[in-house]
Amino acid sequence: MSADAPFFEWLCRLGDNTLVLGHRVSEWCGRGPALEEDIALANISLDLIGQTQMWLTLAGEVENAGRSADDLAMLRDAWDFRNALLVEQPNGDFGRTMMRQFLFDHFHLLQLQTLADSADQRVADIAAKAVKEVTYHVERSTEVVIALGDGTEESHSRMQAALDWAWPYVGELFASDAIDVQIAERGIAPLPDTLRVAYDQRVTSALTKATLTVPEGRFAHSGGKSGFRHSEHLGHMLTQMQWLQRAYPGAQW
Amino acid sequence: MKPLLAEIWGWLEAVPDPEIPVVSVVELGIVRDLSWQGDLLKVTVTPTYSGCPATAVISMDIEKALRDHGISDLRIETQIAPAWTTDWMTATARTKLADYGIAPPTAAGGPSECPRCGDPNVSRVSQFGSTPCKAQWRCNSCLEPFDYFKCI
Repeated sequence: MSADAPFFEWLCRLGDNTLVLGHRVSEWCGRGPALEEDIALANISLDLIGQTQMWLTLAGEVENAGRSADDLAMLRDAWDFRNALLVEQPNGDFGRTMMRQFLFDHFHLLQLQTLADSADQRVADIAAKAVKEVTYHVERSTEVVIALGDGTEESHSRMQAALDWAWPYVGELFASDAIDVQIAERGIAPLPDTLRVAYDQRVTSALTKATLTVPEGRFAHSGGKSGFRHSEHLGHMLTQMQWLQRAYPGAQW
Repeated sequence: MKPLLAEIWGWLEAVPDPEIPVVSVVELGIVRDLSWQGDLLKVTVTPTYSGCPATAVISMDIEKALRDHGISDLRIETQIAPAWTTDWMTATARTKLADYGIAPPTAAGGPSECPRCGDPNVSRVSQFGSTPCKAQWRCNSCLEPFDYFKCI
């Protein structure tokens, strides 16, 4: 029996965003285009997985069904994940990975900044810790996007292609549904769509410096945060991420 | 019978950080509190970065140090708020870091000088370094790369 189903769902959205993106970014480990990039990506991945530990631990407590953060991460199937579609998309080239990161980081920072004032103290505490780490993520991905966008002809065209590809996944981050409304009414978090104006301003400013053009149109893929329809990529990612627990249930270090 | 808390703090002063062994877990501000609850010693620790892999090792090292001093009834609790900040690092720790070759954190967001040659002409290589708490910088004078302990 779930003690607080909407709150549990909402916490899974936070924890699954950081888990799935953390895993995706970790796929670069040992394959970065330069040593510094490799180290940076591994560090960002580590931060995100550390934050996942906090969000999913709290989700397990709120659910009150005896599930730990590890249980939630390793023993749920794709349809139970609540991450946005953007973060489950494959890495592509380094430019695409960094564009995905840049678009998520700016949302993530705004989200955590508002959560630091959450009516739920546990949420506020996690956000206050995570916001320090994400401030560095934003700084880095923004610098890289500007450097590559305003770089060579080759890097510019790859970054524009990455932006065109990633942009339709941005809208889902800000789409508010019934769970968001409940959470907002309880003062736990503001509605995600209230963050959009500040997001557009920050992202557009950086993309202008990067000499990149924001695609026209607001079409947005959806189905990730609701769990209604993930892209096929999530299941493939989980077969790798969850392999050990699936093959050897209950295995411990 | 029970050792004084001041004495226990002294023991933990001797527990090095596993990744930066020149400073102790107390000097880094990782140990937040010690208290006796009856015969049970409660140790409150806080992680530096939420994903720092050293966190688990630090708890094991603390437990081992306390057991070596004869304390068998103990519990280590992790607390995340208030979030760890480099402001908690002691002045001694900052000096030790600099002597070790790691530029200590500064409010300005970057090292004030090269920890090797002391030249203030330094530039950043990357916001991320060999551990979550460090960034990579380079001295433009002696040309040596060095770690900077990020200010958070």
